Amino acid sequence: MPQNQEFFNRRLHSLLGVIPVGVFLIQHFIINHFAVYGASSFNAAAHFMESLPFRYALEIFVIFLPLLYHAIYGLYIAFLGKSNTRRYGFFRNIMFMLQRVTGVFLVIFIAWHVWETRVAAAFGADVNYDMMADILSSPFMLVFYIAGVLAATFHFANGLWSFAVSWGLTVTPRSQKIMTYVSITVFLVLSYIGIRAIIAFLDPALANM
Amino acid sequence: MSEQKTVRFIVTRQDSPDASPYTEEFEIPHRENMNVISALMEIRRNPVTVDGKDSAPVVWDMNCLEEVCGACSMVINGKPRQSCTALVDQLDQPIRLEPMKTFPVVRDLVVDRSRMFDSLKKVKAWIPIDGTYDLGPGPRMAENKRQWAYELSKCMTCGVCLEACPNVNSKSDFIGPAPVSQVRLFNAHPTGEMNREERLNALMGDGGLSNCGNSQNCVQACPKGIPLTTSIAALNRDMTLQSFKNFFGSDKL
Repeated sequence: MPQNQEFFNRRLHSLLGVIPVGVFLIQHFIINHFAVYGASSFNAAAHFMESLPFRYALEIFVIFLPLLYHAIYGLYIAFLGKSNTRRYGFFRNIMFMLQRVTGVFLVIFIAWHVWETRVAAAFGADVNYDMMADILSSPFMLVFYIAGVLAATFHFANGLWSFAVSWGLTVTPRSQKIMTYVSITVFLVLSYIGIRAIIAFLDPALANM
Repeated sequence: MSEQKTVRFIVTRQDSPDASPYTEEFEIPHRENMNVISALMEIRRNPVTVDGKDSAPVVWDMNCLEEVCGACSMVINGKPRQSCTALVDQLDQPIRLEPMKTFPVVRDLVVDRSRMFDSLKKVKAWIPIDGTYDLGPGPRMAENKRQWAYELSKCMTCGVCLEACPNVNSKSDFIGPAPVSQVRLFNAHPTGEMNREERLNALMGDGGLSNCGNSQNCVQACPKGIPLTTSIAALNRDMTLQSFKNFFGSDKL
């Protein structure tokens, strides 16, 4: 075992959560949001992303490898902690617990989501509006996807807050408090975009647009 | 004359480091202005449980009796704190006393806080001047800075912040908040600054500050009101810069 790797590993984990995973999350949500303007609009946006040059390199180095590292090392971090929110019900301690709960849930959700879309695409399925409308027509999957979107936006927003502390950007209590408001705003805005896109896949009128 | 008021205690006991813990209940006569320590002394005088069973006196640790040494810390009604300043009249009964289980239990309420002292050694929380000859007076510290540093120097290594931290436990080797804040104290000292990099590199080592999960329980739990989370974030910033220096080199000391 190499010594003193922990500092590097933890900082890398913190950085990758924001860049590129967090940035990808925002980009993904914005593409999803095209569904609000109808199926053809969404399909055009999805097709544009699919036809980006160096697609496999982008997917591997911007999405899969950082995401895998963040997920696996994150699981390790989550199981090192011992939640004590019953004894200490402070706001930040509850956020600490939720960050770990949403993280573990996201590993399951994203694994399933990648399997159902990207892996299916590799086997020849067409990732388009109809595919998502079909998935979300099941009430269980609808709830699962809404939970996944909310978990992701929470984990990203709260992760931004801890990123700022872990890298020493916000030091004083006041700066950390302002960052709390910033992270709440990020959570609300991204959740709105994400949920609105999900609802768009349920609307039969949009499917024919 | 009215009936004698009494106080009930439920004490978590453990006969040896490897024995399994059990609880015993005691009832003692109430006195004005009693603290948990004077109550434990009363139990020690007559160690008979409420069931009338003869028991061994409860063992606990104490020293200064004025909340500056940190030795008498224990978990009182679920909260880690010093038993000397835990006034019986301000506590809900029955009063539950448990050892701080984050640390190895020696016996009953006595825990071994060695890991904290080892951590202070690890981060070199002192100013090394060897004392073989007179160096003369040290550099002066601005009064406002001294007052600021005094707040950090109030740490008594009591272990309450480690007990409250979800990331300090048997599964992890996280150093915990208290020694981190001491690094900030000694790095801020005009002479102590000399060993700034050594301390930062120690904090960047395995089991160091990077294990912090920002639950911020420590700052809420600290009996001395030390701004522990500010220290943590400030050192995170110092560590970030130090890591760049370590990697790229630097033209500054």
